[in-house]
Amino acid sequence: MVKLIARTACAGLLPKTIGTITLAEIAAAPVTLIAPHRGQKKATSDALKAAVGVGFPAPNRCVGIAPRAMWCGKDQALLIGVGCPELRGTACIDHSDAWAIVQIEGADAVAVLSRLTPIDLRATEFKAGHTARTLIGHMTGGITRLGSQSFEVMVMRSMAGTLVHDLTQAAENIAARAVNAR
Amino acid sequence: MRLPCPICGDRDRREFYYQGHATMLNRPSADAGTATWDDYLHNRENPAGETRDLWHHEAGCGAWIVVTRNTVTHEVSGAVLAEKAKT
Ligand SMILES: [Zn+2]
Repeated sequence: MVKLIARTACAGLLPKTIGTITLAEIAAAPVTLIAPHRGQKKATSDALKAAVGVGFPAPNRCVGIAPRAMWCGKDQALLIGVGCPELRGTACIDHSDAWAIVQIEGADAVAVLSRLTPIDLRATEFKAGHTARTLIGHMTGGITRLGSQSFEVMVMRSMAGTLVHDLTQAAENIAARAVNAR
Repeated sequence: MRLPCPICGDRDRREFYYQGHATMLNRPSADAGTATWDDYLHNRENPAGETRDLWHHEAGCGAWIVVTRNTVTHEVSGAVLAEKAKT
Protein backbone atom coordinates (compact mmCIF):
# COMPACT_ATOMS: atom_id res chain seq x y z
CA MET A 1 0.00 0.00 0.00
CA VAL A 2 1.48 3.33 -1.06
CA LYS A 3 1.70 5.86 1.73
CA LEU A 4 1.08 9.38 0.40
CA ILE A 5 2.41 12.31 2.39
CA ALA A 6 -0.09 15.15 2.76
CA ARG A 7 1.37 18.59 2.06
CA THR A 8 -0.48 21.79 2.86
CA ALA A 9 -0.73 24.43 0.10
CA CYS A 10 1.95 26.68 1.61
CA ALA A 11 4.23 23.94 3.04
CA GLY A 12 7.84 25.13 3.06
CA LEU A 13 6.82 28.73 2.27
CA LEU A 14 5.38 29.96 5.58
CA PRO A 15 5.42 31.22 8.33
CA LYS A 16 7.30 34.49 7.81
CA THR A 17 7.75 37.71 9.75
CA ILE A 18 8.49 40.84 7.70
CA GLY A 19 8.59 44.22 9.40
CA THR A 20 5.48 44.52 11.55
CA ILE A 21 3.54 41.71 9.94
CA THR A 22 3.47 37.94 10.15
CA LEU A 23 2.26 35.57 7.44
CA ALA A 24 1.00 32.14 8.48
CA GLU A 25 -0.88 29.40 6.70
CA ILE A 26 -4.36 28.55 7.98
CA ALA A 27 -5.22 24.86 7.81
CA ALA A 28 -8.96 24.94 7.24
CA ALA A 29 -10.11 21.42 6.36
CA PRO A 30 -12.75 20.28 5.86
CA VAL A 31 -14.06 22.87 3.39
CA THR A 32 -17.24 22.44 1.32
CA LEU A 33 -18.60 24.76 -1.34
CA ILE A 34 -22.35 25.14 -0.84
CA ALA A 35 -24.56 26.43 -3.66
CA PRO A 36 -28.33 26.30 -3.04
CA HIS A 37 -30.41 25.61 -6.12
CA ARG A 38 -32.71 28.38 -7.31
CA GLY A 39 -35.23 29.28 -4.61
CA GLN A 40 -33.62 27.00 -2.01
CA LYS A 41 -31.43 29.47 -0.09
CA LYS A 42 -33.76 29.81 2.90
CA ALA A 43 -34.29 26.06 3.22
CA THR A 44 -30.54 25.45 2.89
CA SER A 45 -29.79 28.09 5.51
CA ASP A 46 -32.33 26.60 7.95
CA ALA A 47 -30.97 23.07 7.44
CA LEU A 48 -27.39 24.28 7.89
CA LYS A 49 -28.29 26.15 11.06
CA ALA A 50 -30.03 23.10 12.52
CA ALA A 51 -27.15 20.76 11.63
CA VAL A 52 -24.01 22.78 12.37
CA GLY A 53 -25.16 26.00 14.06
CA VAL A 54 -24.42 28.52 11.30
CA GLY A 55 -26.77 29.68 8.56
CA PHE A 56 -26.07 30.60 4.94
CA PRO A 57 -24.18 33.92 5.09
CA ALA A 58 -25.37 37.18 3.55
CA PRO A 59 -23.27 38.50 0.64
CA ASN A 60 -19.85 39.78 1.74
CA ARG A 61 -20.17 38.26 5.21
CA CYS A 62 -18.55 35.44 7.17
CA VAL A 63 -20.47 33.96 10.13
CA GLY A 64 -19.44 31.68 13.00
CA ILE A 65 -15.96 30.76 14.24
CA ALA A 66 -15.75 26.97 14.37
CA PRO A 67 -17.43 26.01 12.18
CA ARG A 68 -17.94 29.05 9.99
CA ALA A 69 -19.70 29.85 6.75
CA MET A 70 -18.01 32.29 4.38
CA TRP A 71 -19.85 33.88 1.46
CA CYS A 72 -17.72 33.39 -1.66
CA GLY A 73 -19.79 34.49 -4.64
CA LYS A 74 -23.30 34.89 -5.98
CA ASP A 75 -25.43 32.26 -4.15
CA GLN A 76 -22.31 30.42 -2.97
CA ALA A 77 -20.59 29.96 0.38
CA LEU A 78 -17.80 27.88 1.88
CA LEU A 79 -18.57 25.80 4.95
CA ILE A 80 -15.29 25.58 6.86
CA GLY A 81 -14.23 23.45 9.81
CA VAL A 82 -16.98 20.84 9.84
CA GLY A 83 -18.11 18.03 7.59
CA CYS A 84 -20.94 19.02 5.30
CA PRO A 85 -24.34 17.82 6.54
CA GLU A 86 -27.01 16.39 4.25
CA LEU A 87 -28.49 19.40 2.43
CA ARG A 88 -31.37 18.85 0.03
CA GLY A 89 -31.75 21.17 -2.95
CA THR A 90 -28.12 22.22 -2.65
CA ALA A 91 -24.96 21.50 -4.60
CA CYS A 92 -22.22 20.56 -2.13
CA ILE A 93 -18.67 20.18 -3.44
CA ASP A 94 -15.65 19.13 -1.39
CA HIS A 95 -13.09 21.97 -1.44
CA SER A 96 -10.82 20.57 1.26
CA ASP A 97 -7.21 21.14 0.12
CA ALA A 98 -8.51 23.29 -2.78
CA TRP A 99 -7.56 26.63 -1.23
CA ALA A 100 -4.37 28.30 -0.07
CA ILE A 101 -5.32 30.37 2.98
CA VAL A 102 -2.87 32.81 4.55
CA GLN A 103 -3.37 34.88 7.66
CA ILE A 104 -1.68 38.27 7.64
CA GLU A 105 -1.46 39.97 11.00
CA GLY A 106 0.23 43.13 12.24
CA ALA A 107 0.19 46.92 12.33
CA ASP A 108 0.87 47.27 8.58
CA ALA A 109 -1.55 44.55 7.44
CA VAL A 110 -3.91 47.04 5.77
CA ALA A 111 -1.02 48.89 4.11
CA VAL A 112 0.42 45.65 2.74
CA LEU A 113 -2.90 44.33 1.41
CA SER A 114 -3.77 47.72 -0.07
CA ARG A 115 -0.83 47.26 -2.43
CA LEU A 116 -2.47 44.14 -3.83
CA THR A 117 -6.24 44.72 -3.85
CA PRO A 118 -8.53 47.50 -5.10
CA ILE A 119 -11.07 47.18 -2.25
CA ASP A 120 -11.33 49.60 0.67
CA LEU A 121 -9.95 47.77 3.72
CA ARG A 122 -10.26 50.59 6.26
CA ALA A 123 -11.85 49.42 9.52
CA THR A 124 -14.76 51.84 9.07
CA GLU A 125 -15.69 50.14 5.77
CA PHE A 126 -14.42 46.58 6.12
CA LYS A 127 -15.18 45.23 9.59
CA ALA A 128 -14.55 41.96 11.40
CA GLY A 129 -16.75 39.35 9.75
CA HIS A 130 -16.73 41.16 6.42
CA THR A 131 -15.42 39.22 3.44
CA ALA A 132 -14.92 40.15 -0.20
CA ARG A 133 -14.28 38.37 -3.43
CA THR A 134 -11.80 40.58 -5.24
CA LEU A 135 -8.42 40.84 -6.94
CA ILE A 136 -5.21 39.98 -5.09
CA GLY A 137 -2.48 41.06 -7.46
CA HIS A 138 -3.37 39.34 -10.73
CA MET A 139 -5.35 36.60 -8.98
CA THR A 140 -8.99 36.38 -8.03
CA GLY A 141 -9.48 35.42 -4.40
CA GLY A 142 -11.05 36.26 -1.09
CA ILE A 143 -10.14 38.61 1.74
CA THR A 144 -11.78 38.35 5.17
CA ARG A 145 -11.17 40.57 8.19
CA LEU A 146 -10.56 38.50 11.33
CA GLY A 147 -9.66 41.33 13.72
CA SER A 148 -8.37 44.90 13.95
CA GLN A 149 -4.97 44.00 12.45
CA SER A 150 -5.68 40.55 11.14
CA PHE A 151 -6.92 39.30 7.76
CA GLU A 152 -7.29 36.03 5.93
CA VAL A 153 -6.37 35.93 2.24
CA MET A 154 -7.33 32.97 0.07
CA VAL A 155 -6.73 31.90 -3.51
CA MET A 156 -7.04 28.57 -5.28
CA ARG A 157 -4.31 26.19 -4.15
CA SER A 158 -2.48 26.16 -7.50
CA MET A 159 -1.60 29.83 -6.88
CA ALA A 160 -0.21 29.37 -3.34
CA GLY A 161 3.35 30.21 -4.42
CA THR A 162 2.26 33.38 -6.19
CA LEU A 163 0.17 34.44 -3.19
CA VAL A 164 3.11 34.04 -0.80
CA HIS A 165 5.41 35.81 -3.29
CA ASP A 166 3.04 38.77 -3.72
CA LEU A 167 2.38 39.14 0.03
CA THR A 168 6.11 38.89 0.76
CA GLN A 169 7.01 41.48 -1.89
CA ALA A 170 4.36 43.93 -0.66
CA ALA A 171 5.39 43.43 2.98
CA GLU A 172 9.08 43.95 2.17
CA ASN A 173 8.28 47.17 0.32
CA ILE A 174 6.26 48.51 3.25
CA ALA A 175 9.00 47.47 5.70
CA ALA A 176 11.64 49.22 3.53
CA ARG A 177 9.68 52.45 3.65
CA ALA A 178 9.58 52.23 7.45
CA VAL A 179 13.40 51.84 7.53
CA ASN A 180 13.84 54.85 5.24
CA ALA A 181 11.52 56.95 7.40
CA ARG A 182 13.60 56.40 10.53
CA MET B 1 -14.03 54.23 -12.62
CA ARG B 2 -16.15 52.32 -10.14
CA LEU B 3 -19.20 50.18 -10.93
CA PRO B 4 -22.05 49.61 -8.44
CA CYS B 5 -22.40 45.83 -8.26
CA PRO B 6 -25.89 45.11 -6.81
CA ILE B 7 -24.35 42.34 -4.66
CA CYS B 8 -20.87 43.65 -3.72
CA GLY B 9 -21.37 47.42 -3.76
CA ASP B 10 -19.07 49.95 -5.49
CA ARG B 11 -16.07 48.17 -6.96
CA ASP B 12 -13.07 49.06 -9.07
CA ARG B 13 -13.46 48.60 -12.85
CA ARG B 14 -10.52 46.17 -12.86
CA GLU B 15 -12.74 43.56 -11.18
CA PHE B 16 -15.13 43.54 -14.17
CA TYR B 17 -15.13 42.10 -17.68
CA TYR B 18 -16.90 44.17 -20.34
CA GLN B 19 -19.26 42.33 -22.68
CA GLY B 20 -21.04 45.01 -24.71
CA HIS B 21 -24.50 46.49 -25.04
CA ALA B 22 -27.31 44.92 -23.01
CA THR B 23 -29.16 44.21 -26.25
CA MET B 24 -27.23 40.93 -26.11
CA LEU B 25 -29.94 39.82 -23.62
CA ASN B 26 -32.62 40.09 -26.34
CA ARG B 27 -31.76 36.86 -28.10
CA PRO B 28 -33.89 36.26 -31.21
CA SER B 29 -35.68 32.97 -31.66
CA ALA B 30 -33.80 30.30 -33.59
CA ASP B 31 -36.05 30.76 -36.65
CA ALA B 32 -35.97 34.58 -36.63
CA GLY B 33 -34.15 34.72 -39.95
CA THR B 34 -30.67 35.73 -41.03
CA ALA B 35 -31.36 39.49 -41.15
CA THR B 36 -32.54 39.53 -37.52
CA TRP B 37 -29.63 37.37 -36.38
CA ASP B 38 -27.14 39.47 -38.34
CA ASP B 39 -28.50 42.58 -36.65
CA TYR B 40 -28.38 40.94 -33.20
CA LEU B 41 -24.81 39.74 -33.59
CA HIS B 42 -23.16 42.63 -35.40
CA ASN B 43 -25.06 45.92 -35.33
CA ARG B 44 -24.99 48.29 -32.36
CA GLU B 45 -26.10 51.84 -31.71
CA ASN B 46 -23.38 54.34 -30.87
CA PRO B 47 -25.28 56.65 -28.54
CA ALA B 48 -24.10 60.04 -27.30
CA GLY B 49 -25.75 59.89 -23.89
CA GLU B 50 -27.27 57.11 -21.83
CA THR B 51 -26.42 53.51 -22.67
CA ARG B 52 -26.78 50.13 -20.97
CA ASP B 53 -23.94 47.61 -20.96
CA LEU B 54 -23.42 44.05 -19.79
CA TRP B 55 -20.53 43.60 -17.38
CA HIS B 56 -19.37 40.46 -15.61
CA HIS B 57 -18.16 40.83 -12.02
CA GLU B 58 -15.45 38.36 -12.88
CA ALA B 59 -13.07 39.07 -10.01
CA GLY B 60 -15.93 39.46 -7.55
CA CYS B 61 -19.26 37.73 -6.97
CA GLY B 62 -19.46 36.32 -10.50
CA ALA B 63 -22.76 38.03 -11.37
CA TRP B 64 -23.63 39.43 -14.79
CA ILE B 65 -24.95 42.96 -14.37
CA VAL B 66 -26.48 45.64 -16.58
CA VAL B 67 -24.86 49.02 -15.94
CA THR B 68 -26.48 52.28 -17.03
CA ARG B 69 -23.92 54.95 -17.88
CA ASN B 70 -23.63 58.13 -19.92
CA THR B 71 -21.10 58.19 -22.74
CA VAL B 72 -21.01 62.01 -22.73
CA THR B 73 -20.70 62.80 -19.01
CA HIS B 74 -19.17 59.43 -17.97
CA GLU B 75 -21.71 59.28 -15.15
CA VAL B 76 -22.54 55.76 -13.97
CA SER B 77 -26.14 55.99 -12.81
CA GLY B 78 -27.00 52.46 -11.72
CA ALA B 79 -26.78 48.71 -12.15
CA VAL B 80 -29.08 45.73 -11.83
CA LEU B 81 -28.51 41.99 -11.99
CA ALA B 82 -28.83 40.80 -15.58
CA GLU B 83 -31.29 38.11 -14.43
CA LYS B 84 -33.59 40.90 -13.20
CA ALA B 85 -32.99 43.39 -16.00
CA LYS B 86 -35.88 44.52 -18.18
CA THR B 87 -34.60 44.14 -21.69
ZN1 LIG C 1 -20.34 41.63 -7.39
